[in-house]
Amino acid sequence: MNIWHKGWRPVLVLILLFVVWEVSCRLFEIPRWLLPSPSQIVLEGAEGWSNYYHHLTATIGLTILGFLIGASVGIAVAVGLHLLPRLREAVYPIIILSQNVPIIVLAPLLVIWFGFGILPKIIVITLVCFFPITVATLDGFKQTSSELSHYMKMAGASKGQIFWKLEWPYALPSIFSGLKISATYSVMGAVISEWLGAKEGIGVYMTLASSSFRTDRVFVAIFLIMILSLVFFTLIVSLERMIVKWKPKGDGKGRD
Amino acid sequence: MTKLLIENISKSFGENQVLDQLSLRVKEAEFVSILGPSGSGKSTLFQLIGGLYSPDSGAISLDGKRINGKTGSISYTPQSPSLLPWRTVLGNILLGGEIVGETDHALALQMIDKAGLKGYENAYPYELSGGMKQRVAFIRSLLSPQSLICLDEPFSALDEFTRLEMQNWLLSVWEEDKRAIMLVTHNIEEALYLSDRIIVLSEKPTHVKKEFVVPFPRPRQASILLSEEFLNWKKKIYNELRVIM
Ligand SMILES: Nc1ncnc2c1ncn2[C@@H]1O[C@H](COP(=O)(O)OP(=O)(O)OP(=O)(O)O)[C@@H](O)[C@H]1O
Ligand SMILES: [Mg+2]
Repeated sequence: MNIWHKGWRPVLVLILLFVVWEVSCRLFEIPRWLLPSPSQIVLEGAEGWSNYYHHLTATIGLTILGFLIGASVGIAVAVGLHLLPRLREAVYPIIILSQNVPIIVLAPLLVIWFGFGILPKIIVITLVCFFPITVATLDGFKQTSSELSHYMKMAGASKGQIFWKLEWPYALPSIFSGLKISATYSVMGAVISEWLGAKEGIGVYMTLASSSFRTDRVFVAIFLIMILSLVFFTLIVSLERMIVKWKPKGDGKGRD
Repeated sequence: MTKLLIENISKSFGENQVLDQLSLRVKEAEFVSILGPSGSGKSTLFQLIGGLYSPDSGAISLDGKRINGKTGSISYTPQSPSLLPWRTVLGNILLGGEIVGETDHALALQMIDKAGLKGYENAYPYELSGGMKQRVAFIRSLLSPQSLICLDEPFSALDEFTRLEMQNWLLSVWEEDKRAIMLVTHNIEEALYLSDRIIVLSEKPTHVKKEFVVPFPRPRQASILLSEEFLNWKKKIYNELRVIM
């Protein structure tokens, strides 16, 4: 397996980091509330499972729902802008600009407008998710080989046929790169949206932990978020492998 | 009997005048080769016939109907094979027919077999060699329902052996189902071996410089390639092209 060949170096660095962390905590007797050692975090992660697993499932549910909606919106926006070039010229710069507004400052506004229900949370995740997907998808449409589109046009293909038979499949690899980025962002989006006020979720678990100085739990939450992001990323990668089958195995690049 | 009639077409891209009052005619079931210097507008000519662009002036008609700027009237093989990478060999071959709404699965499989691609029906383009891709692009053209086939330098990327093999294969397929073919090539021998008529284009701005009717009988035998007469013809056309270039 490729990953084991290339992966051992970062793994080694990580292990080293944890060892230094563990040893320093013990050597300097750093109090647990300031910086817990890795072993304490692992212990809390294992023992506290019943404490946090309902938070975990809540966040997973929210992430999946938000990601599905965000991804659909992202793809729909891209398709719309692609099919209406005039609209794209008008809207695209604004979409880019909108990314300069940090989600964190929007969050309180969303609460004022939409309350504490699921809607503002979904909006936050959608805002986080849709941008990478829209940009990647538009890019994919734009890169469609002009040779192929000339062929399709001269063969008499209609606009719809060109879109479905050429542009859409051509953009699929780009769409997946967008989805991969968004999948990891969506976990972060879900946690931020839970800070807005929720009954359960990793975000809530984290807030509760930090306000009671259970720093070990804060770290458990951080690791859960990382693992969750990684799992979502891996899921999208496997989905891509299943759908994009026409790429040469091996180097992942086309031959011609 | 006229299949394609091109009357005095001109085409410029901005300041760059490519075609100037170009006229030519292709008859039913005729195999015509177009020879011309690089950049003289041979691909542009095909793109005009294919309706990708409209000529600035002049008329293009197919079977007596004007087709200026109208797509879908010819079956076209671009300079590179232009296969869709996510479609298998079979899927790519069916594409031409699919666009106009008529596909013939059985015939496609039969052609794949005849082209020596049996066993590759479900292979993706990246799994094929250059010559195989070219063959797939050919079959796609041949199975498209349009009655005029335009081939833009289909053999240029192939080595000498594969090229002769492919030329013979094309001839054998064409003998069975005679449709009008226009072939752009840089290779005088190829033009002589394959076609009924050779049209030589001038430098840009391009018009028809000269036409030759090729006298060799059909079906063509590979042995003519070495005959005295063939060589003389080659010289004649070469001299014509040398004057231009
Ligand atoms: N879409 C286009 N826009 C602008 N200029 C173009 C376009 N297509 C072709 N040209 C110009 O038209 C001229 C003829 O190009 P074309 O590709 O038709 O030549 P060609 O005879 O096929 O050459 P080759 O034998 O090298 O394939 C060139 O000067 C090229 O720059
Ligand atoms: Mg050309």
